[in-house]
Amino acid sequence: MTDKGTPEFLSGYRDAKLVHGVIKDIKAQVTQSWTLMEICGGQTHAIMQYGLDQLLPEEIELVHGPGCPVCVTALELIDQALWIARQPDVIFTSFGDMLRVPGSEEDLFSVRAAGGDVRVVYSPLNAVKIAQENLDKEVVFFAIGFETTAPVNAMAVIQAEKLGLTNFSILPANVLVPPAMHAILSSPGNRIQGFLAAGHVCAVMGYWEYPPIAEQYQTPIVVTGFEPLDLVNGILQTVNLLEERRFEVQNAYSRAVTYEGNQCAQNLIKQVFQLVDRNWRGIGTIPASGLGLRETYQKFDATKRFEIGQIKTSESEICIAGQILQGLKKPSECPAFGTLCTPQNPLGAPMVSSEGACAAYYRYGRKNE
Amino acid sequence: MCLGIPGKILSIYEDHGTKMAKIDFGGVSQEACIEVIPDAKPGDWTIVHAGFALNKLSEEEAQETLDILREMSELAEAEDLKHNDG
Repeated sequence: MTDKGTPEFLSGYRDAKLVHGVIKDIKAQVTQSWTLMEICGGQTHAIMQYGLDQLLPEEIELVHGPGCPVCVTALELIDQALWIARQPDVIFTSFGDMLRVPGSEEDLFSVRAAGGDVRVVYSPLNAVKIAQENLDKEVVFFAIGFETTAPVNAMAVIQAEKLGLTNFSILPANVLVPPAMHAILSSPGNRIQGFLAAGHVCAVMGYWEYPPIAEQYQTPIVVTGFEPLDLVNGILQTVNLLEERRFEVQNAYSRAVTYEGNQCAQNLIKQVFQLVDRNWRGIGTIPASGLGLRETYQKFDATKRFEIGQIKTSESEICIAGQILQGLKKPSECPAFGTLCTPQNPLGAPMVSSEGACAAYYRYGRKNE
Repeated sequence: MCLGIPGKILSIYEDHGTKMAKIDFGGVSQEACIEVIPDAKPGDWTIVHAGFALNKLSEEEAQETLDILREMSELAEAEDLKHNDG
């Protein structure tokens, strides 16, 4: 995105002078080493793109969180998606990132190359439109994403119902941030001392779920946006809280986030979805960490519409995606990084996605860190 | 995935009973569903993700945060100058 046509109250968040001012302040405040995790993969990419990791004092280590939906979508779900996409008379729709994510044997691109009708959509609402225009086909949308994407996924189901569409379904794969934070903070190898919470997840959900987490694990959490100034400001506030031993939640993205969040969007999610246990790729099953369709909307569940049966999954033996997603290892510590595993030939999902930590390290040249 | 783009609402309309808007993203206009920001009006700013407005974007809050950071940065600079002089 260019700054052309962007008003000053937004373009100011890319002001290099202000970014350097905040970095100077971080340097002045920090008295010891701190390890912070940015949860959202979009933030990981912005940090690398603007080189913020290289401007920070060496006391601050940023580790990259699991906030990359295509990275954490379970292998069995991807294999189910591939199975559905291979069926005749199916139009399988998905966000573009998902197409190159490796399943047990192939990816959605190879299904398309073999003649499957796999289409990239910008929004699940476009998938509903495709269903309207192709009443003789089953149209399935791969409903991945975090709380940011849950409202629009819910909206797609509501719209399909309103339009009386019987040829539209979703493969429910939404996951939730707070259960993942619990999983990371309670894991024996945890190194995280402070969190930058994902700004757009909080635009929807608010941050009322976070104070108990901050208190339970003595870990400050700062809601953080995506522009370079947002990111360094989020880091500054986290460092200040850590230095003062205050295990609180602060909001450094107040232009888009309130404590309560968007109630209307939360109601939409609640209307369509219910909490389910979900398996996270590379991490394992986290209780009540996913969204499945409620009873009244289960006719839109692709796993109920198709008789998929048992699929035997097999994961790459070399890929260390799980450890990277939990912040235990950096992408450059993987023996396959940049050699056996590249964005063109990914072994694991974090090398594919525009939000994956491995793809960010590859693209922005953090190979030897 | 959680990419959200700020845009300014140009006009509001309904499509099959769903609240929609035409939104300007730095000179490019696109449609988005604004069902969960029911009080939005033309001229308001919003954050859009996957063709769906997540929340309104507060111009006042944005300006206030910027002003605080600008002030902080000027203070740090003045402090630097003092050190360099002394």
